[in-house]
This record gives sequence, structure tokens and C-alpha cells, in this order.
Amino acid sequence: MTVMPPAEYPAPTRREDWSEETALSIIRAAATGRGPLLPVLHALQGAFGYVDPRAVALVANELNLSRADVYGVVTFYADLRSSPPGQVRIQVCRGEACQSVGGHALAEHATRSLDLGFGETTPDGSVTLDEVFCLGNCALGPTVCVNGRLHGRVHGHKLDQLIGDSVAIGEPS
Amino acid sequence: MTTVYVPRDSSARSVGADEVADAIVHEALRRGAAVELVRNGSRGMMWLEPLVEVATAQGRVAYGPVTTDAVVGLFDAGFLEGAVHELGHGATDRIPWLADQDRLTFSRVGVIDPLSTQDYEANGGLIALRRALTMEPGEICDEVTESGLRGRGGAGFPTGVKWATVLAAPGDEKFVVCNADEGDSGTFADRMLMEGDPFMLIEAMVIAGIAVGAREGFVYIRSEYPDAVATMRAAIESAYQAGWLGPRLLDSDYRFDLEIRVGAGAYICGEETAMLDSLEGKRGVVRAKPPLPAIEGLFAKPTAINNVLSLASVLVVLASGAEFYRDFGVGRSRGTQVFQLAGNVARGGIVETAFGMTLAEMLERFAGGSLSGRPIRAVQVGGPLGAYLAPTQFDLPLDYEAFAQAQAMVGHGGIVVFDDTVDMAAQARFAMEFCAVESCGKCTPCRVGAVRGVELIDRIVAGENVTADVALLEDLCELMTDGSLCAMGGLTPQPVRSVLQYFPEDLFRSKGTSS
Repeated sequence: MTVMPPAEYPAPTRREDWSEETALSIIRAAATGRGPLLPVLHALQGAFGYVDPRAVALVANELNLSRADVYGVVTFYADLRSSPPGQVRIQVCRGEACQSVGGHALAEHATRSLDLGFGETTPDGSVTLDEVFCLGNCALGPTVCVNGRLHGRVHGHKLDQLIGDSVAIGEPS
Repeated sequence: MTTVYVPRDSSARSVGADEVADAIVHEALRRGAAVELVRNGSRGMMWLEPLVEVATAQGRVAYGPVTTDAVVGLFDAGFLEGAVHELGHGATDRIPWLADQDRLTFSRVGVIDPLSTQDYEANGGLIALRRALTMEPGEICDEVTESGLRGRGGAGFPTGVKWATVLAAPGDEKFVVCNADEGDSGTFADRMLMEGDPFMLIEAMVIAGIAVGAREGFVYIRSEYPDAVATMRAAIESAYQAGWLGPRLLDSDYRFDLEIRVGAGAYICGEETAMLDSLEGKRGVVRAKPPLPAIEGLFAKPTAINNVLSLASVLVVLASGAEFYRDFGVGRSRGTQVFQLAGNVARGGIVETAFGMTLAEMLERFAGGSLSGRPIRAVQVGGPLGAYLAPTQFDLPLDYEAFAQAQAMVGHGGIVVFDDTVDMAAQARFAMEFCAVESCGKCTPCRVGAVRGVELIDRIVAGENVTADVALLEDLCELMTDGSLCAMGGLTPQPVRSVLQYFPEDLFRSKGTSS
């Protein structure tokens, strides 16, 4: 029997703690090719979970850019965070296609049950709630993405279940 | 050995395809059944996902939507021989929803193993590239122009003309960029092509490179599509190994290198000049045109920028000829368009068909009405910047010109359906709100206008001074349309105006509306 495995979803992994040395090696490894700033920032966020403000000067220095340029890019893009995210990242789709099948109610349920606004993280650092405008699952909405994994036809009860499962997995045993 | 197909498409996975695949493997092992499991792309019949197919002597037989609980029953019923089952739909190719389409660009999606180079070649892959390698760059541009192909990203500019401009532009270095920043809500065709037939995009990029004289290409994929990114990266690696990319590709004198770049959650980067800035490592801010990217694009070099669907269509043109492609469609809208039925629909998914079908036919024959079973009240075509159409407009034929005449747009082919519970005032407000959130901030009509638009709509809905505020909103819409630098600010008024014109009752519900 041969099984073609599908693309791996990034599992909730332990993130690196900030270290200038690690950051520098990540920056240098990712700074290949032309226009490398976005790949470099993605790599930093992939390792640390966010782009630490201390990384801005390092990146600027390595790529021969001004700190203002790097700061401007970090703050422009919705994906790039300047503070650590929660162990579990929940993205609720707010696009029109999901709106048409109960997306508003799902968004309200999410904020209410987690007691979080969009863009916020629970005080214990377990869950970050984000809004996203379209995950490309528009025929099977409402859609939620949990740690990079897509879930379709999600309503309140299912969302609670997904959050419960993910938080349980994310906890160090 | 029986081959069983379970999609690896992220939409299919969102409703349990991985779990179903595991359950099938587990049950096959338990029974000692000889099964080869292939993770294919999706056939695009989303309401049937996870759609499991079995290869039988009579062709592929479909079952869906399959749940893990149904797997044992399917084995019991003999689905490995294509037996009848309550989830069965018979031969996949004869399901009317699929059989009634013209699958040209989507011909391989859902059929092949997306990452198998053998599958790709055995199903018509590389025919177009091998032909392109025998042609002069100018001949390729001419053939694409003759096909009547217009860019599928939304603007509808003739692809061949764009390529010829890049080819003619002076420059020691040129680039090809694929815009895979498919940010419109209600669209997922680019994603499905990249996940279901990634070599198609690679082959088309190489052809574009030959046609315009570029040796390097970038595919800019939005970060919201992690599966598409992973599949494209794996496919590019295989393509290098197979000699389809890199130096002396397919034993020719051409060299072409291809790289994936991932966006970072900015809708505006779907606008081509903002995308170029993003690729260069800057904030995704729109550039003033001219200069056109074809003359001065990525790193100030001549650059051909094409949408995923446009590139997929080029393969059809080159493999089957311009005339074959042009014979589909109506008027100046030639070929097929990949429509995406989304939102509140009973049968959502991919409908690739020649231009010209009416919206009503699309909604009845393919969508099968609303998911909720309630009457359809509004349909937004062409993404967040597209107009909301009312039932009185459903007889519009789906082509560029007919839609433009009705102050609407086909755009990237997304069709989002709303039932009669929709609050159209909220949808108009959302259009402005979305623009306010996603504006790059370079030009004032978009950056400030969108914020003012939200405030105005709130005041109108609250019912104070309505007549004056409606006049102001109409004035603001005109200003944004005429004064914005790009389509973001320029088209945001389109859905707002359509609500004003066709759904005014939702805006003027409160007291004092007669004032």
C-alpha cells in the first residue's frame, strides 16, 4: 500500500526563546536572493512566533536597510506580529462568503466564549484570536483556521470543541 | 490492487478528508484488501467533499460526502468494486454537474496525483511547453493574442498584448511574476489549481519566460494558503529534478528559475504594483502608473505579471491552438471562465464554462439554490469590490461587457450568494470597512474616503439627516471612483452603489427616512 501524504500542517511546536545569536543565523540563512526582507521576517516569525522588536536593528544591519524601513514593513503586514502569540492561534474568516452562512454569529461566539477581541491573546498565553479575510474555503464556510489547519462548516459548538482540543494538545504534558 | 482517491485539497481536508483517508487505510489493512491510496486534488464539487473515488474497470466511481463512520459500510457494500451505496454517485465523469462543464484549465485537477511528474506528462502535461520551445517568442505572444485570452485576475487585459509589450521593452533582464494573491472572498480557483495541478503553473511560467525573454520568475502566494505554498514548493523541487526548470530545461537552450514568495496578510498585495513592492521587500504600497510594470516592473525591470488562471489558460491555447480556445465564449469574452460558487449555495464549487451563461442558470442549474433553502436575495460577483446583484438582474449573461454595462464586474469569477436574511446595509458598510482596513494608505480618496464612508452609512442607518447624507455618500463614491490610485479605492464604491440602487430599503429602515 502506498500512501501519498498531504502537505504537513505545522504542529504547535515549542518556539525558540529570543536570542540574538539565533536571530542572526536565521537572518543570514534566509537572506538569499533579491528583495529578501519578507522571507527573512517570515523566517524569524517562524522560529520565534513573532518578530521581536530587538530583531529590527539586526535585520536592518544585515540587509543594509534603515531601521525605519524594516519597522515600516513589520507594522504594515497583518501577519507579522511584534509580540508573542498564544500557543493556539485561531483565525476566524470574516469574508463575505463566510458572512453569508453565519460568519457574524461565529465571530461573536468566538469573542464571547474566549472573552477576547480580535488580535488579542488570553492572559495565560494559551489562545490568540485573529480575524482573517478569506481562507479560500468559500463553498464550505464558515471557516476557521486553527494553528494553520483549516476547518469548514464551523459553528459555535464545533468551534468550542476545536479550541478545547487544540488547547489540550498545546499544553506541555 | 485497487486505487482509491481521497483529495488532499485543503477544502476537502477542512471537512475531514485526512481522517477519511486514515480510516480507509486502516480498514483496508484490517481486511487485507490491496488498496493504493492516492491523494488527488479536488474535483471541485465541494458539497460532496470528502469525495472518495475508486478506480474500477468501468472508470472512476464517486462516493461522497464520506465520513469516517461510513467507511466500514462502504467496504461492506463493496465500494472497491464500485458497488451501489447510499453515498454513491456512479461514474464521476457522468455526474451531470461535472459533465455539463467545459473543464479546460481544470482538466487535470482532481484527476491526477498533483505531485506525480509521470501523471502530469501522461495527462497532457508539457505538450504546450514542448511546442513553445519550437516557436519564436513573438509567435507565442501572437498566438496568445489571437486566442482572445484576457487576464483572469480581474482587470481583463489581453494577455498576449501584455507579453508582447514586455518582449519589446528594452532591458538586459526581465521577470515573470505570477499573481497568486487570491484575496477576494468567494474565490478559490487559484488555490485549487496550485494544490491540484502545480506543474501546470510551473510549465506556464516557463512558457511566459520564453515568450517575454525572462529567465527568472516568482510566484507570489498569499500566506492564507499554506497548503498551496507547500504543494508548489514540492512541485518546483521535482521540476528541477526532472529538468523542467533550471539550465537547459527539456534539453533546450533555455534557462528558467522559479521561486515561491509568500505574502503576509495584505489584501492590497493582489494589486500588481503593490505586489511588486512587496516582492522587493517593501510595504505593499501601490505605485502610480505609468510606467507600466511591463516596461518598469520588478526591480525596475520589464515584468510580465499574470494571474494563475490566465497562465493556466495559456497552456490550453498553446496545447490545443488559439482557434480551439477562441471558439468558447461570446463577444469579446473568449474561452472559458472558472466560476466559483460560494457562500449560501446548496452545491458550491468550481464551474468552468464558456462565457455567456446567465447568472440565473448558474444559480439554478449549478448552485441548486441556497444552502439554507431560503430565497436568494443578493449575489456578489467579482469579490469584495464587485457589485451586489438583485434577483431582477439575474438574467445577466456572465461576460465582461454585459457585467460592466450593469456597473458590475465578473472579476476573478467569484459568485457569493446570500439568502433573504442578509442585511444589505451591513454589506455596504462592510465594503467601506474592508477598504479602510486594507487600504495601503498612499492616496487620500481611499485611505480617508473609506473611513468617512463607514461613518456615513452608520448615520444613514441611524436615520438622521438621511437625504443630505445619501447625497454626500453618492458624492464620496464618485470621488473615490475617479480619484483613487488603484482599483481598491476605485472599485469599493461599486458594491456600495449597488446597495443604494437595488436594496435601498435596508439603508432606510429607521425612523425619519422621509426627512
